[in-house]
Amino acid sequence: MPLIRVDTPRPALRWPWRARPAAWLAALAVALLLPGLADAADEPSAETEQWAGVRQFLFADRPIADGRGDVVELDAPFRAEDAAVVPIGLKAKADQTPGRYIRKMWLVVDKNPTPIAASFELTPESGRADIETRIRLEEYTWVRVIAETSDGMLHMARKFVRAAGGCSAPAGKDMEAALARLGKVKFKLEGDVQQGKPTLAQVMVSHPNNSGMQMDQVTRLYVPPHYVRRVEVAYAGKVILTADVDFSISENPNFRFYFLPQAGGSELTAKVLDSKDLSFTSTLSVGKTGT
Amino acid sequence: MLVVSLLPTIASASPADVSEVAPGVFVHIGQVAEASAANAGDTSNWGFVVGERCVAVIDTGGSAATGSALREAVRAHTDRPVCAIVITHGHPDHLLGLAAVAEGGIAAGELAVRQLAHQRLAAAVAARTPAYRTLAQRQLGLAGPPQIIVPGERVDGEVMLDLGGRQLRLQTWKTAHTDHDLTVYDSQTRTLFAGDLLFVTHLPVVDGNLSGWLAQTPALRQLGSLRTIPGHGPVVKGDGWQAQTEYLSGLRHAVREALKQRVPLQHAVEAVPAPDGWQLTEVYHRRNVTAAYAELEWEDGD
Ligand SMILES: [Zn+2]
Repeated sequence: MPLIRVDTPRPALRWPWRARPAAWLAALAVALLLPGLADAADEPSAETEQWAGVRQFLFADRPIADGRGDVVELDAPFRAEDAAVVPIGLKAKADQTPGRYIRKMWLVVDKNPTPIAASFELTPESGRADIETRIRLEEYTWVRVIAETSDGMLHMARKFVRAAGGCSAPAGKDMEAALARLGKVKFKLEGDVQQGKPTLAQVMVSHPNNSGMQMDQVTRLYVPPHYVRRVEVAYAGKVILTADVDFSISENPNFRFYFLPQAGGSELTAKVLDSKDLSFTSTLSVGKTGT
Repeated sequence: MLVVSLLPTIASASPADVSEVAPGVFVHIGQVAEASAANAGDTSNWGFVVGERCVAVIDTGGSAATGSALREAVRAHTDRPVCAIVITHGHPDHLLGLAAVAEGGIAAGELAVRQLAHQRLAAAVAARTPAYRTLAQRQLGLAGPPQIIVPGERVDGEVMLDLGGRQLRLQTWKTAHTDHDLTVYDSQTRTLFAGDLLFVTHLPVVDGNLSGWLAQTPALRQLGSLRTIPGHGPVVKGDGWQAQTEYLSGLRHAVREALKQRVPLQHAVEAVPAPDGWQLTEVYHRRNVTAAYAELEWEDGD
């Protein structure tokens, strides 16, 4: 009896959207309405040892309003699909105004080797304190955003994220390609520019964003760390976003953020600084603003 | 040499589960499944080729148990010594048996055992070792994290491996399934060990470069093999690449469309529908969308 089956090639697959491109856009519309998958049964306590340490280090004894969701929310998947690229959204519940705005947000990943993945400084000119980025995720962990409002109060939102399965690992997929393209910055607008209305932009940096902690088993050499540590965005001559980050951010760091177009403001500038003190700059023309 | 294994024995990884798909070419077809305690990491294909002088092993399965089973299978089918162990890429389901194979004294003779892999494998595995050890311990239900070793001999381009009256061609590829894929071709029987450059039944997994994989598929097809041993799923006769190519090019089309529509990553993952006709789609399709998105957003022209 033959123990393995020898198959002839299978017939070609038929995907609905190949024949009808509209079909998957309809699926998208449905997906956007779906609530998150909800099986929180295996969520452990949020009071982790790592968080206790981070909390003490960053905030000492200051009170933190936890989980009310009235100032800030965290967008994170139920399960990381790919440990190397986990999309995370830090979302403000209200626009930035000079009277009340979020001036700083911290992104904390309890179980990562360096739990403080990022801190973001913002201003009223940021328009909206929403930031999307992607992180690496080592294992099952709580992910948190802590926002400091202009009145000095702290607010937290958190989600428990399950690690990826398969052979997924929080490492770069193509280290040579990322290095070959090192420092290339893509900077683009994601929405229409209207004066006085928060407008979405995206900055992407080609960078291996390497932790440097792994060892090459053959050469017995440590790969030196090399990662983006700061991204500074200015509009109309004023800094509107400063991101201090490390290798918890995925390979090719990517940030989506808002700015507030004004009369006379014609360009956005991004300055990127890495751990070897290499710096990369990119400018984006914002064009004419409507009214 | 009698090998006494203290590991739990598993029916699916017994020596009897090897088939001679061509003269002197033996193949074990692993389960199309995620690694688990129940399958003891027997979730990928491995094989060996017997020459007049010695034997080459290709991949080692995903655990010490599969490594031990491989060793016993070799001994059950030939008394010639093993002179080479070739690893097609560094994913744990192909690599984790290596420690058991190498330590078991499989050479059984005066020959040194060469261990070969793509020149970039060592760095890729080094970057992933902590994650792989944690994952394997959890999935296989082990008491502690498993040992991971990597081949010491680095291949860049083509290398001919002489087994005596039979030559195997080892060939490295540009980034595709991973950034360190290597194939093994036996020209005597026109048999290709494709590693995970070919998936059959098991949904293809992108952990390298989607466009690179598609770009190199014609060259893989043109090797003209009569049969191909995929990394996962049954052996295929003739051209077995069509279904995988359909999925990968469909994935690229859909993700490019999502990028053009400025659909953010977290929504694209929900929106690109899963294909029919594959297994493990629920584990890998959304991950593939993620990987494809992070790659294709760097394409020029938007
Ligand atoms: Zn693989």
